[in-house]
Amino acid sequence: MLEFIDGNTAVLRAAIDAGCDFFAGYPITPATSILLEAVRELPPRGGVVVQGEDEIASIGMSIAASMAGRRAMTATSGPGMSLMSESIGLAVMGEVPLVIVDVQRMGPATGGATTSADGDVQFARWCAPGGYPIPVLAPTDVRTAYVVARHAFNLAERLRTPVILLSSKEVAMTRQTVDFDAERARLPVATRRLFDGAGAYVPYRVGRPEDVPAFSAVGGAHAVRFTTSIHDERGEITNDPVKIAAKLTHLERKITEDTDGVVLADEDLQPGAATLVVAYGVAAAAAREAVDEVRAGGGRASLLTLYTLGPFPDRRLRDAARGHARIVVPEHNFGQVAREVERVVRDGVVVPVQRIDGGMIAPSAIAQAVRA
Amino acid sequence: MSHAEDFADDRVPHPFCPGCSHGTVVDALGEAMARSAPDPQRTVLVSDIGCVGLLDRHFKVHTFHGLHGRSVTYGTGLALARPDLRVVVALGDGSLGIGGHHLISAARRGLPLTVVVFNNFTYGMTGGQSSATTPEGYVTSTSPDGSTDRPLDPCALVAACGATFVARVPAFDESLTDVLARAIAHPGFALVDVWEICTAHFMPSNDFKRSSLLQMARDTHSEFGVLRDDPPPPRAAHVPLPAPPRVDLTPAFASALERPVRIVVAGAAGQRIRTAALTFARAAVRAGLHATQKDDYPITVRTGHSVAEVIVSPRAIRFTGIEAPDVAILIAPEGVKRARSLLSAMDGTGVVLADEGLELPELRAPVLRLPCREAAREIGAENVALWALARAAARVGAPSAAAIEDVVHRHTPEAYRAKALRAVRLGFAVGE
Repeated sequence: MLEFIDGNTAVLRAAIDAGCDFFAGYPITPATSILLEAVRELPPRGGVVVQGEDEIASIGMSIAASMAGRRAMTATSGPGMSLMSESIGLAVMGEVPLVIVDVQRMGPATGGATTSADGDVQFARWCAPGGYPIPVLAPTDVRTAYVVARHAFNLAERLRTPVILLSSKEVAMTRQTVDFDAERARLPVATRRLFDGAGAYVPYRVGRPEDVPAFSAVGGAHAVRFTTSIHDERGEITNDPVKIAAKLTHLERKITEDTDGVVLADEDLQPGAATLVVAYGVAAAAAREAVDEVRAGGGRASLLTLYTLGPFPDRRLRDAARGHARIVVPEHNFGQVAREVERVVRDGVVVPVQRIDGGMIAPSAIAQAVRA
Repeated sequence: MSHAEDFADDRVPHPFCPGCSHGTVVDALGEAMARSAPDPQRTVLVSDIGCVGLLDRHFKVHTFHGLHGRSVTYGTGLALARPDLRVVVALGDGSLGIGGHHLISAARRGLPLTVVVFNNFTYGMTGGQSSATTPEGYVTSTSPDGSTDRPLDPCALVAACGATFVARVPAFDESLTDVLARAIAHPGFALVDVWEICTAHFMPSNDFKRSSLLQMARDTHSEFGVLRDDPPPPRAAHVPLPAPPRVDLTPAFASALERPVRIVVAGAAGQRIRTAALTFARAAVRAGLHATQKDDYPITVRTGHSVAEVIVSPRAIRFTGIEAPDVAILIAPEGVKRARSLLSAMDGTGVVLADEGLELPELRAPVLRLPCREAAREIGAENVALWALARAAARVGAPSAAAIEDVVHRHTPEAYRAKALRAVRLGFAVGE
């Protein structure tokens, strides 16, 4: 079906197709329409939607619903992300499948409600105290908002982790022509691994550190012990250094050891090109036009579009960057990904193209940096 | 009849300080669950932060121990996700304070939750600081001269918010198990405020004894017993509205457009600019074109500017921004002001269609004046944007009048349809 919808609607479409049946949210521009779409779309399909009294309640309800076996999502913007960050840590610690949509606006604080930015990249990655990795995925337009949101649900379920979908006002509130039928048919729906009933249920038992514990719902046949505090495999608070190290190593490894499964990126590398553009978010759409423009003019340029920003796709970037002397990184912040590129690519010059006034980086600005 | 040992494990020793009343309440809670909860598999005990948070090891039911002050949100999520579960929330007076809003909202929602406040008037776990329920004059580590704040009465709070079961019981009262069992059996929101003693902090700081609880109740005019036990108001069976239909824009019209056209419509609230732009863009998609639309308007939606940016193109549109419009439609001074930088970026290749009454800044692009006032008399001021967009469509060659009329037929509410169609026809008539 050919539609003319915005990025927020696309995210909700993806949630429906991923089997999302619980949404709790608090109104905040520019994320509000996800809540409104959920109110209209989920209850007729048997889902539950609730307006929380604030963002903390919204994510708290979502975490509990997920642990009760529902497929849950919540959505907010920067100020709400700040309020949710403690709870995102809870979802990390308790290994809760959950999709959190951060529709970025300009910050800090209340910032600009309807002013776009991509300033939450590193905040989203590291918003939970303790420094444990959280998958962060960013769409570049309405079509990829659908694709990336489907991927977010699959990761959340498969790895039992919160996943942050880093949208922005420009993706969320711009309508584009899209047809999701092909993607709908192509994309799988992953489910969390359920406890097989063999022996007693030990809620957080894993074999290797990178394994994901089997799930049994709170309210299911096996007593579940869920806790925010550091715990052993039975879910009981522990101060045993061996058990603490095992748990925390597991939280790190289950994400970082699966980087290939987490990473979504597109390479369009041109032989002989001296410049690689590394782009994400709406700047990636401008980068696509810029690279096409450079090539149309007889120039050479490569493009790496990143949809996964956390864990950072070091290997994909390193491979793509090989042979390129310059790496152009357009972004709507002061270099949050450029610094990652500098860390990963040791033998290329990083050329930032930045805009932070709410306006969009134009293809011409990127093309100019490519040609320079 | 269930047995307490199915719900609680009395072989697990209580972790609390000697003489602390938490153990007494925990034991009573296990008994009460056995009397009133369905079975351990369908019972969840949510515990908050503080000494009370240590109780989950004592229970065999599902336990959920989360962040400070947020236990009621987890209870709400569980009750919504699984209405067949019986959810008991155990929190202290510290959590009551930091998470007060959640209690207010949960009482208003009226979902079946049993909230047990382990109320010992102080923060035990962090060293005896004053809490939301510390009565005036009592000494805590953060009020060495005696607390000066009025204590919060959780019973009065939730009762005011519609809680249908409300009770206050001293931890040592023989009615405790009965009251907790009644609260757990209650089909709506229930709260039991259990008055407790903290032997580590509150008692030594205030020369406080068990019997002092009764004096404190008199001093604070706090009543013990079941203060409210009403049947929850009946809820109408919730039948959700059907999901809104999706708008299928499979192309059915032709377009000869060969290049992208970037259009800005700048006006004011009330001119239905977003709707007109959406109609135009949908018509373009119906004509086999790609389209994008973004709207700009203040949060006070009934006043100020309203600016829509639309791009239509025979090719996929990557960059959705507009640096210099090909067509600018200006129909109110608020819009002209807002779109000023876009207008100044236009050169001789673009065209401005402007209301003949508007004052315009210095422009490089040619200006075509529109008789908006006259048009408004015929089609209504609310259709001037659509009329002007129809003129633009006639000028750039897409979408066709048939495509726009088709979209109006399908998506404009009947009450507005006739005038909207007239606006499209009139726009094309003049435009051609």
